[in-house]
Amino acid sequence: MGSALINGLFVFMLAAFIGFEVIRRVSPLLHTPLMSLTNALDAIAVVGAIVLVGEHKSTLSFVFGFLAVIAATSNVVGGFLITDRMLKMFKSSRPTKP
Amino acid sequence: MNTDLAGNQQIIEITYLIASVLFILSLKWMSSPATAQRGVRAGEIGMVLAIAGTLLHHGIVDYKWIAIALVLGTGIGIPLGMVHMTAVPQRTALSHAFGAFCVTLVGTAEFYLRTPDVPRFMMAVLSMEVILGSLTFTGSLMAAGKLQEILPQRPLTYKGQNFVNLSLLAASVVIAGYLVVHPGARQLFPVMIVVPLLFGVLMIVPIGGADMPTVISLLNSYAGLSAAAMGFVVDSKLLIIAGALDGSSGLILSIIMSKAMNRSFTNVLFGAFGQVQPSAVAGLEEKTVRSATPEEAAGILAAANKVVIVPGYGMAVAQAQHKVRELYDALTKRGVDVRFAIHPVAGRMPGHMNVLLAEADIPYDRLIEMDDINGDFPQTDVALVIGANDVTNPAARTDTGSPIFGMPILDVDKARTVMVIKRSMSPGFAGIDNPLYYLDKTLMLFGDAKAFVNSIVHELTASTH
Repeated sequence: MGSALINGLFVFMLAAFIGFEVIRRVSPLLHTPLMSLTNALDAIAVVGAIVLVGEHKSTLSFVFGFLAVIAATSNVVGGFLITDRMLKMFKSSRPTKP
Repeated sequence: MNTDLAGNQQIIEITYLIASVLFILSLKWMSSPATAQRGVRAGEIGMVLAIAGTLLHHGIVDYKWIAIALVLGTGIGIPLGMVHMTAVPQRTALSHAFGAFCVTLVGTAEFYLRTPDVPRFMMAVLSMEVILGSLTFTGSLMAAGKLQEILPQRPLTYKGQNFVNLSLLAASVVIAGYLVVHPGARQLFPVMIVVPLLFGVLMIVPIGGADMPTVISLLNSYAGLSAAAMGFVVDSKLLIIAGALDGSSGLILSIIMSKAMNRSFTNVLFGAFGQVQPSAVAGLEEKTVRSATPEEAAGILAAANKVVIVPGYGMAVAQAQHKVRELYDALTKRGVDVRFAIHPVAGRMPGHMNVLLAEADIPYDRLIEMDDINGDFPQTDVALVIGANDVTNPAARTDTGSPIFGMPILDVDKARTVMVIKRSMSPGFAGIDNPLYYLDKTLMLFGDAKAFVNSIVHELTASTH
């Protein structure tokens, strides 16, 4: 087991704890936009796919990477777009909010 | 490595670090609708930074095809971001499928680039990445198909189903174990993808429409975990963090959903809920119900001080939420206190009902969660149920023989008067009869939700002028 993998496990463990604590506090009102937002953030997998396409080490890695970039980018764009649209609809009845 | 390359590498790592901070802040700001839009901005900035940083990667020789793929993905993403709010659950399922597709492709490409020199731990996470990715891919496509009603919503069951499913899962784990020991077995790798693909399909086949909120959350969690596994394979801490956040988010939502239905994960996945139980309906034919006209309903609502509206997915299907907004306006103008009681599993995914009501411009501070509003029902003059059924069924509290016994419900039967808008007396999705309808204080308003609410609004506004 390399030290990179051990470091990765530490990062995963800490991020999972932060995730639990932060997401527990998300208002149930916003659970649908939460899911579309985390989905968009998850599409950061696009960085791995970009490297595969750019390095062009083999035909297979190039083609698979290319398709993966398309799939992940559509999640990034679609996910942020719909989250934003949903959140714009949430309005308070109190006039204090600008 | 010369100093220039090392410098680039540091810049990339710093953009990833900033992106990680922004991603965490993004989710933190989702805690309230007042800060949530800021959260989306933070996520967007983090994403752009991370992608820009990646383009500095020293190994990248070909930018043209990256650009083409980014443009094509944007072209697919925009229409997926513009779907109607009722279609958000199937859009979400589809995006889980896309995410899993990406992760599986990258995992496969990485395997064939590295085989046969794959360290054991690396091979183990790579196997986890493609197994979770493949089953999430087909499972999410199936869920999207069921939500879009391309596929039958009713659960399909057959003898030995659970045995078949568990065997497939076990087979993929065994193959993964073999590959960990013999990472040079390239011909075995496709099998480790095909078997979970099949499992993903069969896993969703026995799951009914009522369980979709739980299933979609579980698939969300799997998508996150497979992305985190990919983070280990491509050595990206940013991806590990994003995957861990997504995985824990999906897990929390799954727990909330299954608690709201009083069921365990295993029960959701292997229990085939939602089958029609004809025995529950028989014998209740003799009971009488009281019905009322829109004029009578309007009169009762206008005389009330406190009204709680209980919306269900039926309201959204009838596209009645905008009429409900007019009803809310008409009653509020008369000084009636109107609130909405939201059950956690109302709608087709977590929080779906809130989005549908917000779309109709109903202020979010009028949308009250189950636990916060249940205590207020005894002081409520009228509880108006629109398109909801099982979540109002008092049998869940009292009848130990009921299939939904123990499920937390909205205590509408404790309100002084209950009104239920419903097409007919046919039982709900789960095929369970609702004793609420036979109470003396209950008035049934038979008709289409949109048309009936419209008639009530008409009565209310006509009598003020």
